[in-house]
Amino acid sequence: MTVINVHKDLSALTMIVHAEFDADVERVWQLWADPRKLERWWGPPTFPATVVKHDLSPGAAVTYFMTGPSGETHHGWWRVLEVDPPRRLRVEDGFGDAQGAPDPAMPTMTAEFVLAPRDDGGTRVTITSAFKTREQMEQLVAMGMEEGLKAAMGQMDALLAG
Amino acid sequence: MVADQLTPEQADRVFHALADRTRRDIVRSVLGGEASVSALGRQYPMSLAAVQKHVAVLERAGLVTKTRRGREQIVRADLDPLRRAAQLFEHLEALWRGRVDRMGELLAEPQKGPSR
Repeated sequence: MTVINVHKDLSALTMIVHAEFDADVERVWQLWADPRKLERWWGPPTFPATVVKHDLSPGAAVTYFMTGPSGETHHGWWRVLEVDPPRRLRVEDGFGDAQGAPDPAMPTMTAEFVLAPRDDGGTRVTITSAFKTREQMEQLVAMGMEEGLKAAMGQMDALLAG
Repeated sequence: MVADQLTPEQADRVFHALADRTRRDIVRSVLGGEASVSALGRQYPMSLAAVQKHVAVLERAGLVTKTRRGREQIVRADLDPLRRAAQLFEHLEALWRGRVDRMGELLAEPQKGPSR
């Protein structure tokens, strides 16, 4: 059973998620370390992820794309900032262009994952997502508006075709 | 999504307003703070009149407001920044809740094969 709580700090531009899993740290770490597992949780069911490149050494990258309902692909990447298997991983998380290369015009976020063993053999995972600047956050809001509209358009297409 | 609260006529105006790349860019520019129409005019390779037309379309859709300050017309996003930030965080929260749920499902699966 997954227990979760979420703390949002708008002024610090961060969101912290605590999750508890009934599995040991080594097994939970595989959710990041095994690309086949990573792609099963990263993308939502409507946008499944396919991991292309996967190297969790410091400075290395993970690249992936997500496939949407009408076959369109969205590329993304992680750059490994810090890693201490199986306890900690900190990455920069960004958007890619159509070829999957980092898109410098797009905002990036950082995500930190900290795994801590519990006395009962379970694992507590702390996920910290942070925006770099308010401006980048605003840019993501504007993009979110576009994405929302695109999704709404897609639903309309589906209704009209049905 | 805000579209739930819009009448079909308002939704038409919002969709029409945001269907144009320049207008989306103007909205993005004023999301971070205000901008004068003349400053926006310098940002795009088009006449000031064309930029004014784009701003008017956004204004009719309720996405920006325009106020006069001396000789300048000031454009602002008509959204409270904190509310927008909160909405983004809602979205981020939903995203991570989904991910954590999927992590939990993966970990609940029986482990395959002998572990070496």
